[in-house]
Amino acid sequence: MQTSISSEPAIVAVPAKAARLGAAGYVGVAILVFWLLIAIAGRLVAPYDPTEFVSDEGFLAPSLQFLLGTDYLGRDLFSRLLVGTQLTLVMALIATMIASSVGTFLGVFAAVAGGWVDMALSRVNDAFLSFPTTILGLVIIAALGSHIPVLVITTGLIYSTSVFRVSRALAMDQAQLDYVVVAKARGEGRWWIIAHEVLPNIFAPLLVDFGMRLTFAILFLSALSFLGLGVQPPLADWGTLVRENMTGLTSGVFTPIFPAMAIASFAIGLNLIVDDLATRSGQHIVGKLI
Amino acid sequence: MKNHLSFKNLTICRDDTGAAIVKDISFDVAPGKVVALIGESGSGKTTVSLTALGYVRSGLRVTGGTVTFGDTDILALSGHALRDFRGRRIAYVAQSAAAAFNPGLTIGFQVAETASIHALGTAAERQAHVFKLYEELQLPAAATIGDRYPHEVSGGQLQRLMAAMAMSAGPECIVFDEPTTALDVTTQVDVLKTFKDLIQGHGIGAVYVSHDLAVVAQIADEIVVLQAGEIVEHGTVEQVINKPQHHYTKLLIAASDPEIASKTAKLPKRPATVLISDSSKHAEMMPTEGDPVLRIRDLCVGYGATNRQGEPSVKVLKDINLDIKARSIHAVIGESGSGKSTLARAICGLTRFYQGQVLLDGASLSPDLKSRTRAELGRVQMVMQMADVALNPAHTIDKILRRPIQYITGETGSAVDDRIADLLHKVKLPADVARRLPRELSGGQKQRINLARALAGQPRVVLCDEVTSALDTVVRNAIIDLIWSLREDLGLTFVMISHDISTVAALCDEVAVMHRGHVVEQGGTESTLRAPRHAYTRKLMRSVPHLRVGWLEQAIDHRHTDTQLVLEG
Amino acid sequence: MKGQALFATLILKRAGAGIFTLWFVSILVFAASAILPGDVAEAVLGQSATPETIAALREKLGLTRPLWEQYGDWLFGFVSGDLGQSLASGADVTQLIMDRLSNTLLLGGLTAAIAVPFALLIGLVAATFPGSAGDRAVTIGSLVLVSVPEYLMATILVMIFAIKLGWFPAVSYTTEFTSFGHLFSVMVLPILALSASITAQMARMTRATVLNILGSTFIEMALLKGVSRWRIIFTHALPNAIGPIANVVALNLAYLLSGVVIVETIFAYPGLAKLLVDAVASRDFPVVQSCALIFCASYTVLMLVADVLAILANPRLRRGGH
Repeated sequence: MQTSISSEPAIVAVPAKAARLGAAGYVGVAILVFWLLIAIAGRLVAPYDPTEFVSDEGFLAPSLQFLLGTDYLGRDLFSRLLVGTQLTLVMALIATMIASSVGTFLGVFAAVAGGWVDMALSRVNDAFLSFPTTILGLVIIAALGSHIPVLVITTGLIYSTSVFRVSRALAMDQAQLDYVVVAKARGEGRWWIIAHEVLPNIFAPLLVDFGMRLTFAILFLSALSFLGLGVQPPLADWGTLVRENMTGLTSGVFTPIFPAMAIASFAIGLNLIVDDLATRSGQHIVGKLI
Repeated sequence: MKNHLSFKNLTICRDDTGAAIVKDISFDVAPGKVVALIGESGSGKTTVSLTALGYVRSGLRVTGGTVTFGDTDILALSGHALRDFRGRRIAYVAQSAAAAFNPGLTIGFQVAETASIHALGTAAERQAHVFKLYEELQLPAAATIGDRYPHEVSGGQLQRLMAAMAMSAGPECIVFDEPTTALDVTTQVDVLKTFKDLIQGHGIGAVYVSHDLAVVAQIADEIVVLQAGEIVEHGTVEQVINKPQHHYTKLLIAASDPEIASKTAKLPKRPATVLISDSSKHAEMMPTEGDPVLRIRDLCVGYGATNRQGEPSVKVLKDINLDIKARSIHAVIGESGSGKSTLARAICGLTRFYQGQVLLDGASLSPDLKSRTRAELGRVQMVMQMADVALNPAHTIDKILRRPIQYITGETGSAVDDRIADLLHKVKLPADVARRLPRELSGGQKQRINLARALAGQPRVVLCDEVTSALDTVVRNAIIDLIWSLREDLGLTFVMISHDISTVAALCDEVAVMHRGHVVEQGGTESTLRAPRHAYTRKLMRSVPHLRVGWLEQAIDHRHTDTQLVLEG
Repeated sequence: MKGQALFATLILKRAGAGIFTLWFVSILVFAASAILPGDVAEAVLGQSATPETIAALREKLGLTRPLWEQYGDWLFGFVSGDLGQSLASGADVTQLIMDRLSNTLLLGGLTAAIAVPFALLIGLVAATFPGSAGDRAVTIGSLVLVSVPEYLMATILVMIFAIKLGWFPAVSYTTEFTSFGHLFSVMVLPILALSASITAQMARMTRATVLNILGSTFIEMALLKGVSRWRIIFTHALPNAIGPIANVVALNLAYLLSGVVIVETIFAYPGLAKLLVDAVASRDFPVVQSCALIFCASYTVLMLVADVLAILANPRLRRGGH
């Protein structure tokens, strides 16, 4: 289906119905809410200005004064991480919204329209999907440069192809159902059917898909930043924070671990939710094997 | 070594709620005897039958009672002992052979596997045994059928092959779980006969699970009637079908055969009773004569690439001619693939016809849905088979009914509220149902809403596509009554697409028989079904099981003479 | 046989679709240089350019000719092995790529050879005993591992094995492998970093695929015939799982192509992906286009192989359905 520089699952089964969450799911929700709160309030609680050189020494170990130590230039890493969270999540959110709206719009339209419209849209989409996402991203960035709008729109468009596939499949299932057939037989127009009969019933799985896409976007954007092709200094998202402090690694300091852990924890949180939703639908005979 | 299979006070509960699915079930299957478990969906009949193989589906638990086979306490078996028991001593035949055969393995491998895992005989002996079974089950090309994959043989053959699979390890008893339900009625007769011969020929016992009393009457020695997880009646076939004790059994009997229905007069008065028993009343019910409301002329439907004449490569309907009289209930019957649903879709515009005409009140309807006016669309309404998927789960009943009223009649405001209340009243549902969501309603209630929505368009003709086939007996009768009264009270015309002959006999005035895209016969229901003229209709009517012991043998005899006639003629 | 003819057409169709995809990709890759604000000449020369130098470079690169002609030349050059010259160094791109390709193939090949069998094995075992302690360990462990970006994995590995323990070098830059021991010590950290996430992902998906098949009616039927657990897994479930699993493996190997980008950068490993990233940074278009096309081609081939395997494993496709 797709690939990316980051550790994004290659295929994700979107559960057909958002079932009730179990314990693991709630842990995932807690992690996500934690990071969202930081994205909103991080700038307010940050003890230092993220660009201020608070110490003459770079790579200070964590202490009470500097909770996560200082970065390679002697800035407070904790403050930079809090502020970087906002940039990371806002970029990823906008990219995901682009992906979801473009992908869902075209996907549902293709499914309901059927015929040659569906054929044409699906073929083009398949062709884009056969492009490893990383490579597509790198080629576009090579052409347009690492500006934040370019990064966000590129990420959004890259992931819209996967959203297209998911939403088309969901809408195709709906289009077979009798209530859509009844609406068609009544003479309802395409858009009315999409808005009233189809969308309300695929909203929940699309929401789950949105969550997964958000994680992919974070991982993808961070990876670009890590390669030095994403967000450029002095701005810093999670990926940039890992990259700029990598030099410390050779001298044995932990500094880049913290922003890297932020990325991983967000991904783990989301995977916990998705896994939890997926396992709730199935597995019955297996327990009876002897 | 002959063993009794006996169920004693078996109780099975749900794991989560603890609610009993099956309560205090006790009955015996003597060696060489067939005991039928009869009941509707959800009555627990499959759950009971599977315990004979020491199997309870997950989410369920046996909370009391025992199932024994001879000295063996089946429910106490586990591990190797349980594996050794399954397939070798009691075997299983599942409802859908298409789902129960592994699509990735050859048929021969799967049939012989039961014997090979239980290490019975040499490979050559097992193979010889399997070939013998193929012959017994009248399977064609016995030597090569085993090399095929499940998708390469027909449904009827696959069902027989599953019986061969069950027999391959020479079990003493077989559990049949609705083995003919998925088959067409004409195929069912043959499969049923081979099963019966197999059981009798090998002297094995069987638990035969079914919802169809008439089928069971052909093959079983005893009948156990289950309702909501409890045994309500148990007796020999003759006792149960001739002298039913329990009210529920009587209902089942009345529903399964119109001929019997006329004899059990104490049942609530249904059209079926009227139609069969009282011919003077029947005459009264005939619709007012006059111009047909819907006329179909030389209708052709197909798909695939079109040739220069605009004819598609695959033709589904060929030159259909039908007259549907005003205020009549007109049945279209036939097996799956005969084209009856396509006919309904073509009439309401969902499927384009490339030739012919559909005339509603003398005015021609366009083949293309988009070219029909709203008024035209409203006048022909379709009711779908599965109420569950015909109603949008995200909408309240109010919304489901409101939209078609507004869309087709253009009414607004309180007039629509009044119409919704009126529609619910017409389908005999309380007005407060409007606030509910489809999932809060029962299957029968959903089907009523399904009908109400069709009425919202103020139709002249309502096309019903198998509207009763997904419903249980009692609910089905109520829906039949409703359709009947809608015709009487509102003067509506119904076209009933159905494969269920007893519903058609009970409800419809006229009938058209479809076979491979043609209408092969049409006329008044009673005359057509009682004295069919076309060979296919005769075969179809002879294949509908009657609730009478010995019917099966008669049907097979007739079939042989039919074939002979064809051969000689 | 009718079935064989159907099978052959199916394979040919897939192959045709693959070639179409590659052609489409080549247009997109080429188009990227066309969407560049200004053009390649301006991008290369940057701020210091004078109109004269830009015009000269344009002439030299053939940028004054119509786009389709440039595309034709470029595609023909690519197919015949002439990839042009690097804008940054002036070196022959074909030579640059040949030097690096074998290194990337070595890294990717070794990773795949280790990760695929290992992942399939643990996925299968986890599916055979769902809910057991081992299954839980696999589920939770793999969930964490798939969520860990390669650079975090690489960072942790370097910290432990290169810096704390000093067993392996932190940087894998090397021109030649002197011995097997040398090869091992240089490659072990990149391979571990690269394989962690795809192994976890393949194991998860193998488990899910097999569990999904184990939910089928025909498995229940086999169970009621008295078939044992292992026989059900290997004889009844696996033949049906081959198609989906081949797909899973192909997707993850394709994903490995992308992971390589990160891992080669971190370990300064002289592979194709490192070349691509450096070329993107310096906007060296001939190199970007060639590397991108090679990555896309390998991706397409992997998908094609998976499709063919899936067809072979499915009797309905292999022998033609009714």
